[in-house]
Amino acid sequence: MSIARIPIGALIGLVLTAMFLIMAIFAPWIAPFGNGEIVGEVWAPMSSAHWLGTDNIGRDLLTRIIYGARTTIFIAVLATALSFTLGAVLGFTAAVVGGWFDTIMSRFVDLLMSIPTLIFGLVVLSVLPSTMLTLILVMGILDSTRVYRLSRAVAVDINVMDFVEAARLRGEGTGWVIFREILPNALSPLISELGLRFIYAVLFLSALSFLGLGVQPPNADWGGMVKENKDGIVFGIGAALIPAAAIAALAISVNLVADWVLNRTTSLKGGRG
Amino acid sequence: MGGATVAKLIAQRIALGVLLLLAVSVLIFAGTQILPGDVAQSILGQAATPQALENLRRELGLNDPAYIRYFRWLFGILQGDLGTALSNKRDIATALSGRLANTLFLAACAAVVSVPLAILLGLLAVRYRNGIIDKAISGFALASTSLPEFFIGYLLILVFAVKLQWFPASSTVYDSMSFLQRLQAVVLPATALTLVVLAHMMRMTRAAVLNVMQSAYIETAELKGLSPLKIIRRHAFPNAIAPIINVVMLNLAFLVVGVVVVEVIFVYPGMGQYLVDHVSKRDVPVVQAVGLIFAAVYITLNMVADIAALLANPRLRHPK
Amino acid sequence: MAEAQSKARPKPRAEGALLDIRNLRIEATVYPPGEKPRDVVLVDDVSLKLERGKVLGLIGESGAGKSTIGLSSMGFGRGGVRLTGGEILLNGRDLRKTGAGGLRRMRGREVCYVAQSAAAAFNPAHKLMDQVVEAALEHRVLSRAAAEKRAIELFRKLSLPNPETIGERYPHQVSGGQLQRVMTAMALCSEPDLIVFDEPTTALDVTTQIDVLAAIKEAIRDTHVAALYITHDLAVVAQVSDEIMVLRHGKLVEWGGTHQIIKEPRQAYTNALVSVHQIEHQEHAPGVTPVLSVKNVTASYGGGTVKVLKNVSVDVFPGQTLAVVGESGSGKSTLARAITGLLPPLEGSITFDGRTLGNKLADRSRDDLRELQMIYQMADVAMNPRQTVGTIIGRPLEFYFKMHGRERDQRVAELLEKIEMGKGYADRYPAELSGGQKQRVCIARALAAKPKLIICDEVTSALDPLVAHGILELLLGLQAEEDVAYLFITHDLATVKSIADSIAVMYRGEVVRYGSKSTVLTPPFDDYTDLLLRSVPEMEIGWLEKAIQGRKMAGAGN
Repeated sequence: MSIARIPIGALIGLVLTAMFLIMAIFAPWIAPFGNGEIVGEVWAPMSSAHWLGTDNIGRDLLTRIIYGARTTIFIAVLATALSFTLGAVLGFTAAVVGGWFDTIMSRFVDLLMSIPTLIFGLVVLSVLPSTMLTLILVMGILDSTRVYRLSRAVAVDINVMDFVEAARLRGEGTGWVIFREILPNALSPLISELGLRFIYAVLFLSALSFLGLGVQPPNADWGGMVKENKDGIVFGIGAALIPAAAIAALAISVNLVADWVLNRTTSLKGGRG
Repeated sequence: MGGATVAKLIAQRIALGVLLLLAVSVLIFAGTQILPGDVAQSILGQAATPQALENLRRELGLNDPAYIRYFRWLFGILQGDLGTALSNKRDIATALSGRLANTLFLAACAAVVSVPLAILLGLLAVRYRNGIIDKAISGFALASTSLPEFFIGYLLILVFAVKLQWFPASSTVYDSMSFLQRLQAVVLPATALTLVVLAHMMRMTRAAVLNVMQSAYIETAELKGLSPLKIIRRHAFPNAIAPIINVVMLNLAFLVVGVVVVEVIFVYPGMGQYLVDHVSKRDVPVVQAVGLIFAAVYITLNMVADIAALLANPRLRHPK
Repeated sequence: MAEAQSKARPKPRAEGALLDIRNLRIEATVYPPGEKPRDVVLVDDVSLKLERGKVLGLIGESGAGKSTIGLSSMGFGRGGVRLTGGEILLNGRDLRKTGAGGLRRMRGREVCYVAQSAAAAFNPAHKLMDQVVEAALEHRVLSRAAAEKRAIELFRKLSLPNPETIGERYPHQVSGGQLQRVMTAMALCSEPDLIVFDEPTTALDVTTQIDVLAAIKEAIRDTHVAALYITHDLAVVAQVSDEIMVLRHGKLVEWGGTHQIIKEPRQAYTNALVSVHQIEHQEHAPGVTPVLSVKNVTASYGGGTVKVLKNVSVDVFPGQTLAVVGESGSGKSTLARAITGLLPPLEGSITFDGRTLGNKLADRSRDDLRELQMIYQMADVAMNPRQTVGTIIGRPLEFYFKMHGRERDQRVAELLEKIEMGKGYADRYPAELSGGQKQRVCIARALAAKPKLIICDEVTSALDPLVAHGILELLLGLQAEEDVAYLFITHDLATVKSIADSIAVMYRGEVVRYGSKSTVLTPPFDDYTDLLLRSVPEMEIGWLEKAIQGRKMAGAGN
């Protein structure tokens, strides 16, 4: 697969996603100022010294965005990894093993999904301490229900196909069936879902932080930065929109990549690529 | 005819909904019991003496086993008693009633605009499939599912409240306001909500209608020489109505949840803002009550979606 | 009815042929994933002429372009198919030059369409009657009352049960065979000049097909409508057509009178299609000890009360073939599931190579599994699309014989030779093979285990006749070489005659007739076997009428 064959939309998505990742990883080296450093006036406009202006207490906004990328992406990645591992392992197992395990797991997931994620998240966060670990666990576990549903559905579809039956008739064990027969065929919908879950985690985390229930000061993710700067809006100062736009840009770029992955390999066509 | 069968299926679905709601109430109750600390600790803070804690626990009945407290809470709710807020000692039900009405008003305003608009745009996308309109709509959908609510919300405030000054920046409503004044107050939050759900609803409408339009019986109708309008009216519409109702209901559920963040952005005195305030204050009884109400609305809308699908299915209406 | 007719818009009626297609060219754009879209030619330079009241059969294998040509006679291209060249003259005017409004006035009025799957072609939301009369009302051919009266007459003519009330039903309330006839009535209702029948009996069981076929034939004769009859089955088309056109890869191969095509074909390809069923297979006498012995097996799904297998007993002898014949719902595939251990029987026992097999898959030894292999109907889904042919065939070698590396590759190459494909295919993925090649790879995978018995579940049903013929010959050759026994499950009696040594006929979960091929196929027959044998289309003009007259019981579709 050469670069020229990647559609322009996906290419933009890939480049932007990579840029955000680099920003997050190398934040201390890239950022022009220190994270908490007060370097100018309150809500100074964009200038050559402060490309994006300053925030509500005079910190450099670009620096905050770069460090915010770190927090946002770090928590979102871990939450996604947790939701994926948990959801996919349980989903595949439920599909292949079936029986009571499948019934109990599936009913429980139905129950969890009958409460809107944000509401349930708020209920739980009202009693848990506001730490990053809590956020990762709550987001990861709540979101794993979606992954569970998808991986179970995909695996159930593949599990009834004749080639899986042929493997069973040959005498293959459950391990071979899951990892050699089902997983390779379930990979592309799952990878695309990985992108969507990550976006969801970013948006969910931002919403929580915006509501003041996510990342706690002095740390700030992008959602928290929106909260910090929101009072400027009524004075016509758009500083709050900058972190919000960063969230949107990250989400759109990952979306473009996920869309492309899903379209490129439609699950059971198989073969090369 | 299959009236009896459908009635039975609907009864089953309603029973399932009630059961689900009960299970959800258990889950919400259990969700607030995870920590070793309890309400008494929250009220009195870390510095409280053991004796003061013990007194308050006895007063609030916290020494009873969890299941007894659960049933006490549940029966209270069934009788309309949502308990008392810890933070200000006020009756939750009284505090909520006005806010619930505000939230429903906002959600209804958004629904009145977004539902017809989404269906219209979804149909346009199908009509001009793969054309400019379709591409624009799916591009818009991609953007809108990636935009956080506060981006849309603050952008609206910045442009329409601060720069143009057409609408107030914060959507305060109070009892003495006239209907028109209220309407003016909710224009911006309702617009934000509409933009949040529109893309999703449109995309689902498009998929549902497209699914019907690609059926073999549409080709049959075309090969009978029917005009496009008649094909849509007579052959596509009766089969597309159920999936569309389904889409609408699911999105209304989505809308009711989206209200939470939008209310905070626009400082709108509804349930969402009330919930968020009390989560920060760790006011568990309020959070439980409001969480349960949100879940109930959500479950009911999903149930209506399922029932609509049942009613529209000819195989169930006319069994063999 | 003449009165009602006068209200209709006049139909153009030119002199000469009803349908005159000249140098037709049809193209479509395909969008292969990950590649640039490109145009493919579906039909190239095909001309045909159809007189009023005549029936022309269009025949060919999949991809021949026969349905595409059929729909072009209505000026219709399915899913982005474009009519790019030539003329399509219907009643004297060129459909390629007719606008959308003109095509609408023509469709459903001059030409009507009968689809392969009536179940999908009817709108589930409306009663049958409303759909049957719709075209007649739309084009103001008849008043509502007259149209309904005509519909009921047509229902009666097509021997549908309860012709007066069947129109009040919804599509899902009527069986597949009946629905196909209702669709024919729908096509006839607006009194068109031409009907396009697109594989109208292909999806039906043979004993249902014969009734639908007879009904269609009678309706065509009585209404004097012209027809394009599209099918892949030459024996079927020979019953209804005046002329037959043979197509291949979108090009015309041969066009002639029905008698000429089936008795004196001029082209090699036509000849191959005509002679396709004839493999002479001399049956072997049953041996002494069977390799597989099924004794009094009863089974049901989900432990339920509905028995899908009732007291079934059959034997398969080493190196021989037992054909299990039956229609859908006869329990023949369930028998395979019981033998393989996928569906543990409720009662009875299964003995294999002298030892009693465990009921469940988990109770069987690795040698039990190895010696009893299975080949599926749909080769596409019987192979993991993410594995190469080499992996697919090589896995049983690794798994059963611990063969690895060069030794395994060597053996894979040998097996590929055996299935006449050559070792170059080892690196291919299933998606890169043709339908016949896929089935061959599945055969090689089964052979790799050195089995004593292979269960073949409808292995040729999804293939075009010529390809299926090649697979049958391969199976017979391999049987002689490897001395493997087959349990051959099929609904197709012609296949049975080509391959079986003994036959079991199944009907509603029971074996109704069982014995050596010659005894089973020699009269006197029981009623069901008689029906089944008579229902298999023969390439003989007039077979249909003879078959219908001689039957002892009616087909299941009624």
